[in-house]
Amino acid sequence: MFGPLIVKPGSSRNNKTGSWRVESRPKFLQKNCIACKMCILICPEACIEGMEKNTYHCDYDYCKGCGNCAAICPKADIVMIKEGVKE
Amino acid sequence: MREFLEGSRAVAEVVKLCKPGVISAYPITPQTHIVEELAQFVANGDLASQFVNVESEHSAASVVLGAVAGGVRAYTATSSQGLFYMGEVLFNIAGMRLPLVMTCANRAISAPINIWNDQQDSVSLRDCGWVQLFAEDIQEAVDLHLVAYKLSEDKSIMLPVMVCMDGFALTHGIETVDMPNQEQVDKFLPPYEPLYKLDTSNPMTLGALGDPEYYTESRYAIQQTLKETLDLMPKVTSDFAQVFARQYSGIIEEYYTRDAERVIVAMGSVCGTVKDVIDELRKKGKRVGLLKITSYRPFPSHAIYEALKNISKVAVLDRALSLGSYAPLASEVKALFFGKKKQPQVVSSFIVGLGGRDITRDSIKEIFRLLTNKERSCEFIDLKPELLKEKYE
Amino acid sequence: MSKHLFTSGHTACSGCGQAIAARLVIDAAGPNTIVSNSTGCLEVFTTKYPESAWEIPWVHSLFENSAAVASGIEAALIHLGKKDGTNVIAQGGDGGSVDIGLQAISGMLERGHDILYVCYDNEAYMNTGVQRSGLTPLETNTTTSPVGDKSFGNWRPKKPMPEIALAHGIPYVATASVGFPQDLQRKVKKALSIKGPKYIQIHVPCPLGWRYESGLTYQVAKLAVETGFYPLIEYENGTLISRRQIKPFPVEAYLKPQGRFKHVVNNPDVLKKLQDIADNNIKKYTLKIDNQAGDQK
Repeated sequence: MFGPLIVKPGSSRNNKTGSWRVESRPKFLQKNCIACKMCILICPEACIEGMEKNTYHCDYDYCKGCGNCAAICPKADIVMIKEGVKE
Repeated sequence: MREFLEGSRAVAEVVKLCKPGVISAYPITPQTHIVEELAQFVANGDLASQFVNVESEHSAASVVLGAVAGGVRAYTATSSQGLFYMGEVLFNIAGMRLPLVMTCANRAISAPINIWNDQQDSVSLRDCGWVQLFAEDIQEAVDLHLVAYKLSEDKSIMLPVMVCMDGFALTHGIETVDMPNQEQVDKFLPPYEPLYKLDTSNPMTLGALGDPEYYTESRYAIQQTLKETLDLMPKVTSDFAQVFARQYSGIIEEYYTRDAERVIVAMGSVCGTVKDVIDELRKKGKRVGLLKITSYRPFPSHAIYEALKNISKVAVLDRALSLGSYAPLASEVKALFFGKKKQPQVVSSFIVGLGGRDITRDSIKEIFRLLTNKERSCEFIDLKPELLKEKYE
Repeated sequence: MSKHLFTSGHTACSGCGQAIAARLVIDAAGPNTIVSNSTGCLEVFTTKYPESAWEIPWVHSLFENSAAVASGIEAALIHLGKKDGTNVIAQGGDGGSVDIGLQAISGMLERGHDILYVCYDNEAYMNTGVQRSGLTPLETNTTTSPVGDKSFGNWRPKKPMPEIALAHGIPYVATASVGFPQDLQRKVKKALSIKGPKYIQIHVPCPLGWRYESGLTYQVAKLAVETGFYPLIEYENGTLISRRQIKPFPVEAYLKPQGRFKHVVNNPDVLKKLQDIADNNIKKYTLKIDNQAGDQK
């Protein structure tokens, strides 16, 4: 007999941590972006993606709103706005 | 083939025949010869294993855990302090349902420091979820290692197995042993086929955190599986007999118990001495017998019950003690009779052979003598009162 | 979603430095990697049954033995003839590595296994509630080295773990920081291209334990390096081959945003002790950018 034992890879994606955001969320202006990919590198939630300039965005289902992407963007093309405010 | 071998050498030979891919151990008397022999086999190219010389027993157990998780059969051995040092890893290996075989060369626990044989070490870790098999002699030690791998890697079991052999008595004793050959071992023990492993072509997460919602079922599953191990034993015993043309004791051995009035229950090498005494006393018409317990975990309650239910007086020998309470084996033997209609008139408990104190034929005869209608609890045999004083001065 | 090998949905605190670093490490290592992970924040927030944030084969056993478990995995792979082309990484926090885990790491380094050990240094036992570790800096406030009337916090300097690793004679030792993510990934790739035991220690700020707002992780990490308080160094076969050169900023700039150093910034004597540490690092590794060409990576 076996009980709970092995876990499938990537199954954490069932847990939508976006619900954690209470204060702020990142807004990707997609205006002055140079596609340096630093936002992708710094995101603790691995939830930012993009390829060409001005295509970067995050998956709000997982974003916890920490703000490190806004801090690292060399072009200030990500700003933190208040959570719940309609854009 | 019959050979005259030191116990450690015999164990090393049989482990070599089982072809573990990774061996990792830390030396501790009296296990040392086993691992040294294996090292020599590897050095000579007779055994193609990765031999990992670790810096502690905790790491030895961790290395073999990693090796099995990596999909390879593994082996380690230890005793006493080393067993305790790897204690948490033992619980971990069982909890992670990884098959493994380890030899425990039973030795007393410090303090006082004592390198000689008793069974406190493995008995103290009886809760860890491992199968624990106790060998009476070197032949049985050899046979039980083969059985151990077979049980451990069975896809319905997937639990680690500890083969317990009395330190010095069996590790350093020399006996004639019928050693199997590679062909026989290959027939009995196919290559290890992992149910789960760390493999980049099929990634999975092993050792996840089990919170209150999940932990209980993991433990329940192990408890059930250990029961299932008892059920599997007869088949393994008969497969063994078919391949090796030899029987080992199975989960228990009844030696002249059928018509006995007084029976000793014991584990390990002391059973050899008890059998000799029984042979002697039987010649004088005394109806005495021995119930040898080979499988300590899982504890074969039903088999013990059936063997002893009609016996009038039972003496359980413990070479370990739960300090502050009772002797471990005696407690479990007594408990299995509770509430049953048939049970012995008396189950007495004797403590023998701690820290390597010799258990002689006279000691056994004394136990039979003390096995009367009056129950004895935790009675120390061969105690030296002259070494005891009430006050420290 | 671009395929990360460490994915979303884990339960790390918002802004967790270790989550950033763990993803950077495994993304740099690639899918042919097996990871052995100690007990700690990382293990707890990524693998709560039945969820796992790991896309590669991953095992957790106990607190102090990830290096030993990895040694067993490596031995198994060698036995199976599969070691070439498969990376083995053992990782843990500063607690599980340099204190309780020191024995297993030392054994792994000494035996020469082809394993990369990654120590995520957030400078305390964070998972159990911010207790002091061997890598907690001098005068840091933790729950077991608290500031009080008779104490300014932790009364011992950081255990020089990179030096200890170096003393084992291993081919690669480096420090890294989430403040310099590309440098971090470069070092991981470099390490994995070398056969033998490797040690990388990554500075990972912890918003909860260090007491700062979660959005400051990147900046705080950068400041640790840019003040000289956490030098980024790289050794190959015992020789220093690179260090990140800095301006440098006064150490106060690094300490000020963090609640764990609140008692330091207004105390000139204590502040001087920490500035001395930074100055010693700057001197020891010639971190200060000057007119001569220095290796800046």
